[in-house]
Amino acid sequence: MNPQELITLFDLPLGQEGLVSSRPDAISGDAADRALALRLFEIGFLDGERVRVVARGHPGGDPVAVRVGNTMFALRKFEAEHVLVAPLGGKNP
Amino acid sequence: MSIANAACSLALLGNPNCGKTALFNLLTGSRQKVANYPGVTVDRKEGQLTTPSGKQFRILDLPGAYSLNAVSIDEEITRDVVLGALADEQRPDLIVCVSDATNLKLNLRLVLEVKRLGLPMLLALNMTDLAAKRGIAIDVPALARELGMPVVSTVAVRRGGAGELISQLEAMAPDAAAQPVSWLPPDVADVTATQREVRRILAATVREPALDIRLDERIDRVILHPLWGMLILAGTLFLMFQAVFSWASLPMEWIKDGVAACGEFLMAQMPEGILRSLLVDGIIAGVGSVLVFLPQILILFLFILALEDSGYLPRAAFLLDRLMGTVGLSGRSFIPLLSSFACAIPGIMAARTISNWRDRLATIMIAPLMTCSARLPVYALIIGAFIPESTVAGVFNLQGLVLFVLYVAGILSAMAVAGVLKLTVGRGQQHPLMLELPSYRWPHARNLLLGLVERARIFIMRVGNIILALMVVLWFLSSFPAAPEGASGPAIYYSYAGMLGRALAVIFAPVGFNWEISIALVPGMAAREVAVGALGTVYALSATGDDVATQLAPMLAAGWSLPTAFSLLAWYVFSPQCLSTLAVVKRETNSWRYPLLMAGYLFALAYGAAFVTYRIALFLTGAGHA
Repeated sequence: MNPQELITLFDLPLGQEGLVSSRPDAISGDAADRALALRLFEIGFLDGERVRVVARGHPGGDPVAVRVGNTMFALRKFEAEHVLVAPLGGKNP
Repeated sequence: MSIANAACSLALLGNPNCGKTALFNLLTGSRQKVANYPGVTVDRKEGQLTTPSGKQFRILDLPGAYSLNAVSIDEEITRDVVLGALADEQRPDLIVCVSDATNLKLNLRLVLEVKRLGLPMLLALNMTDLAAKRGIAIDVPALARELGMPVVSTVAVRRGGAGELISQLEAMAPDAAAQPVSWLPPDVADVTATQREVRRILAATVREPALDIRLDERIDRVILHPLWGMLILAGTLFLMFQAVFSWASLPMEWIKDGVAACGEFLMAQMPEGILRSLLVDGIIAGVGSVLVFLPQILILFLFILALEDSGYLPRAAFLLDRLMGTVGLSGRSFIPLLSSFACAIPGIMAARTISNWRDRLATIMIAPLMTCSARLPVYALIIGAFIPESTVAGVFNLQGLVLFVLYVAGILSAMAVAGVLKLTVGRGQQHPLMLELPSYRWPHARNLLLGLVERARIFIMRVGNIILALMVVLWFLSSFPAAPEGASGPAIYYSYAGMLGRALAVIFAPVGFNWEISIALVPGMAAREVAVGALGTVYALSATGDDVATQLAPMLAAGWSLPTAFSLLAWYVFSPQCLSTLAVVKRETNSWRYPLLMAGYLFALAYGAAFVTYRIALFLTGAGHA
């Protein structure tokens, strides 16, 4: 996968699907980053998992409601920025 | 404790939203007791189950957790109980992992993590009715083989839905001597490996059609919509508010009348004396002032429980998160703060739904700034006496406008205080929201009922006795010593409360309070509205109940200056004197530090606001009035 195509989950447009991709800071970041990354792994934001932004809060589109697997989680901006995704073509209605 | 030794102890463990508490309710019925874990204010729920063959179990409903690698107090408790690392808490003999059968991809990881501890355990696949309806086919024997533990299906919201689990419990003989292997926090590689294992097991044992989320998505398109969602939220809150104030008013009248009748009965039956005074003015009045809040609290919690059960509450938190975030609160703070408009006590109790400790603390600290219903009688009295019933700008009633300003002043100062807390206590910290927005479900009547009974019990047991005790103490302070022979003033003037009030009058002189107000503030410490009755006592009125305000208003209008009246209104926006609130804060934060801090900051704000109001009003009215 071309790293240039990766964007953060926060930047994924509403309704568009994306595939989660590993984040380097899961291993190299500071303690808080690593703990957050670990928890995101635990609740299902794993490599290759399909995600979609279902709704956005206001103002500023923060937080985001993200569907991952059979679950939906609300993530704040800084949390969603911890997840990298490769956008998939085409919007899901 | 005789049963406790014979019974096998069992802990229910699972993700939030897996229906664990519903299963707990089904297994234990009303035989539950709720307490706190030592040292923290996390609910410890324990119940009893007797199986048809007579085997007894003590069942512990552990706080919901996504992982043993805890990120909240709730998860720490769950981890420590399972590991047997919590003081005063016996490690459970058997762990029942509860998983949402419609969402095993999320739920099974925790099961595998717990399994690694090597403790006796089994898996309860909950919500299997919903899974079947969605066409999810789970090969239970194969799953049990893969996991290496017994697996049973349960439907927690159906009578008899725990039959398989109970039969399994009958058959199992947990090894009480089993010890957990040491637990170390996992790293990324561990978690990834476990997740891979989850997916392998699911591929081998579960056939799942593409999830039909159309209904949920369609609802969410409206509920989470920036405009429609906000309007629906506003409508829901309006309904809730209306219900709390209008539905509750009739039962509140009954309780007031019932308490008054009890008092009158005793007045008629008993000879005059200290005992009668203690019973009527201390204990019965105290019980009454506890019970009178119960209808509002029950209605409030009925709404909160139904909204939580249906999956709406997390969505409301989502909608408001950013807005509340500007002053350092989370979306979850909203319901507790809203509840505080009825009374800060249920609001502070409801703050338990906020898992982040800092958010919860900030919410508790500003809860008393929401104008509670106990301030209304005081506002009504002073506004009625001093503010003319004129019309402003053609449409607004001046009295209503003043009341509105008082509410807004409370909200604005709450936001300011939260902002200051954000800058000082939690500076620079970003904390995760990571809030699950579960599938919509219909709230379940039995779970609502059990939840309500639990709330009512907590209120009466934990809070009621504090208020009652305060009422008795304040009765004592207001009644002793008795007025000397031939005294001209009201009896309360000569009592301890009167002495305290007269001493306070020196402190309160700069803000324009006379000794009458200062004395009335003393009994007002039990509950804010008691100050109205106390003013009646100070002005030696013979009237009781609602008539006090009617008779009092003209006396105040004649006796107080306008700046004094405004000053008292400003004081009541903050009114730090509600000891019941402070006692609940002590209970809910498990520390003296926060109630003292709260009393201190509320007093400073109240005094400052009253001082400024008084001085400005004096200046504007030409200073000649006082």
